[in-house]
Amino acid sequence: MRYLDRRGFAGLLALLVERGHELIGPTVRDGAIVLDRIDGVAELPRGVREIQGPGSYRLERTDDDRLFAWAHGPDSGKSFLFPSREVVLNTSRANGNLTVEPPALPSTKYAFVGLRSCDLHAIEVQDRVFMIADPAYRARRESAVFIGLNCEFPGKTCFCSSMGTGPRCSFGYDLALTELDDGFTIEAGTPLGEELLTALASREATMDEDRASLAVTERAVADMGRTVDISDMPNLLYRNREHPRWDDVAARCLACTNCTMVCPTCFCHDVVDSISITGTESTRTREWASCFSEEFSHMAAGEVRHSVRSRYRQWLTHKFASWIDQFGTSGCVGCGRCITWCPVGIDVTQEINAIRATDGEVRLAEAVTA
Amino acid sequence: MSMAAVSEAEIAGGVRRKVATIRRVAIEAYETFTYWAVLEDPIVRRAYRFEPGQINMLGLFGVGEIPVSVSSDPARPLILGHTIRACGRVTNAFKDLKRGDEITIRGPFGRPWPIAQARGGDLLIVAGGLGMAPLRSAVYTAIRHRGSFRRLIVLVGARGPEHILYPYEMDMWANWLRSRGIELLLTVDIADDSWPYDEGVVTTLFPKAHIDPRVTTVFTCGPEIMMRFAIRDLLARGVPERRIWLSMERNMQCGVKLCGHCQLGPKFVCADGPVFRYDEIGPLMEVSEL
Repeated sequence: MRYLDRRGFAGLLALLVERGHELIGPTVRDGAIVLDRIDGVAELPRGVREIQGPGSYRLERTDDDRLFAWAHGPDSGKSFLFPSREVVLNTSRANGNLTVEPPALPSTKYAFVGLRSCDLHAIEVQDRVFMIADPAYRARRESAVFIGLNCEFPGKTCFCSSMGTGPRCSFGYDLALTELDDGFTIEAGTPLGEELLTALASREATMDEDRASLAVTERAVADMGRTVDISDMPNLLYRNREHPRWDDVAARCLACTNCTMVCPTCFCHDVVDSISITGTESTRTREWASCFSEEFSHMAAGEVRHSVRSRYRQWLTHKFASWIDQFGTSGCVGCGRCITWCPVGIDVTQEINAIRATDGEVRLAEAVTA
Repeated sequence: MSMAAVSEAEIAGGVRRKVATIRRVAIEAYETFTYWAVLEDPIVRRAYRFEPGQINMLGLFGVGEIPVSVSSDPARPLILGHTIRACGRVTNAFKDLKRGDEITIRGPFGRPWPIAQARGGDLLIVAGGLGMAPLRSAVYTAIRHRGSFRRLIVLVGARGPEHILYPYEMDMWANWLRSRGIELLLTVDIADDSWPYDEGVVTTLFPKAHIDPRVTTVFTCGPEIMMRFAIRDLLARGVPERRIWLSMERNMQCGVKLCGHCQLGPKFVCADGPVFRYDEIGPLMEVSEL
C-alpha cells in the first residue's frame, strides 16, 4: 500500500484532468450527495455525513475535514455510462426516402472519483448486459478511469457485505483509496492505476497506516446497517411465486419506480421515436424504463402484469434470482438505495427474509390483490 | 445462432437499421395486412437470410418500432412479408403505407421453429388466429422438405371466417395441395352460412386429425390461453412435452436481451425464444402475470 497526502490527492484529480478526463465526483446539491462533473477537490462533500434509513435521507454537517465520510447518494456510475436518455438513431426523410444515421460514438473520457465498492461491482454487472451489444456504452466504459473509495461509514440501509460486493474495493478500480485523518492509503488495481500512481507524490505507507486502512473497512462491516441471507437463490424466489408476502408488499408499494431509478444495475429501457415539426427528422431515444409501470409489459392483447403484486415480484425476483440465470451474477450489489429512496420505506432485505421465514407458503386463491 | 444474428447484436444500440421499400400491401383478414418489402441496399438484400419463426423489428419513420415475425417463405428472402393486425399506435400507422414507402428493418432475431426435429415423423401445426403468421414460414419450409416427414398436418382456428389469415392460401392448401400431402383442417368459433369447414375451438380438430403421439412433433402459436388448452389436450393424448414447441409473444423493443421488457421468468422471449420447447417454459406459463 502507498500513502498519499491531501495535497497529493488534489494532484491526482489534476493529473486526471491533464490526461483529458472529465472528472465525475460526488458533490452536495439539493440536500443530497449527487454525482456530477466537478473541477477539483473544492466541490467534494467536505465535512458532511449522511443519515440514511428506509424512506429517509438527510445530510448533516460535521466539524472535520473528511471528504468521503458518507456512503452514497442516489446516483451511481449508471447515470453516466448508461444515461437516462440517449439518442440511438437519427433518421431523415426526403421525397419518401429514409436515411438512417447512428449518432457518433461518445468521445468523453470520464474519470469517476470516489465510487464505492458496491458501485464498482454494479458497473461490472451492467457490463454483462451492455458491453457486447451497445457500442456507445462500450466506448464510455473502456475510456473511463475508476478511482474507488473504501467505505468507512456505510448507511443504515447498506448490505454489501451480505452480497459480497464490499465494503472494501475488490476489483473494477484503477486506484482504490482509503481516507484516513490526514491523507489516504492508495492501491493500484490495474496497470493504468500503477502508471497514475507513479506520477503522484506518494510514498510507501507505514505499518500503522496499513493497519488503519484495513481497520476502516473492518469497522464498516461491523456497522453495516442490514444483512440478507441469499443462500438457495435463485430457487427460493422461483418456488415462492405465489407466496402471500407478495400481496403484503403490494399493499404498501406505490409502484412509483424510485427503486428502479436509483438501482445501479437496473438496465431496462424504452425506445421512443419523436419527429421534428417539419416532419423530416426523426429521433429515436432510449430512456430508462421501470418494470413497476403498467405499460412496461404492454402487448396488443393487454398488459401482462396488471397488479402491483406481479410487478414487485418481477423486480425482486429478477434482481435476486433470474439475474443469476441470465447473467451469471446477482443483480443486487447491496447498496441499499432502493430502501433509502423508497417513499414508503419498503426494505428488500425484509421482504426476502420474510419469504424465507415462511418458505413454501401459498396465498389463498381468493386473496384480493392491488 | 447464425453469424448474421451475432453481428446484428453488435449494432443493437439502435444503429445500422436496414431501409426497405414497400412493394405491396395485401389484405389478409379483418384489419390485418401483409406488407411485402424489399431491402433497399442490393448487397444487404442478397445477404439477408431468416429462418421460419424469426422476428424482425419494423420501424416506421417518426412513429416507432414493433416486433413482427416474418411470415413469408424463408427460401425467398429477397422479398419479405410481414403480417400485422392494426390494433395499436404503430400498427395503425402502418395502414397508411403504400407501394414505394420506406420502412426500417432490424433483424432477424430469435430462435426459429426447429423443423429438423420433426424429420422422419409427423409434423402437426396448430394455429390460432394471428398465430398463423409466424407459422406460415414453417409451413412453407415443411412443404419444401415434404419428403422428410411422414404426415404434415395443419390445424387452423379463428374467431370467425373473417379472422382466418391467408384465406386464399388456406383454400389452396386444403384443396390443391391435398395431393401433395398436406392435411389441412379449418375451424372457427362461430361460423356463418358461407363457411364450408368446421365450427368449434381448434382443439375440436384433434380427434379428426388422428394424431399419432409416438411420432408427432407439434408447432403451435396463438393466444396464450389457446396454446395452453391445445397443449393440455396434446399432452393428454400422449404427445411428449419435449416434442411440443410454441411461439410466445411479449413486449419486445430491442431483440437482443437489452431492453428487458420481454422477460418471462429467466427467459428473454426475444432471444431465448420466441419459439420454446414446452418443457422449458410450461411451468412459467402456469404462473399468472409472470
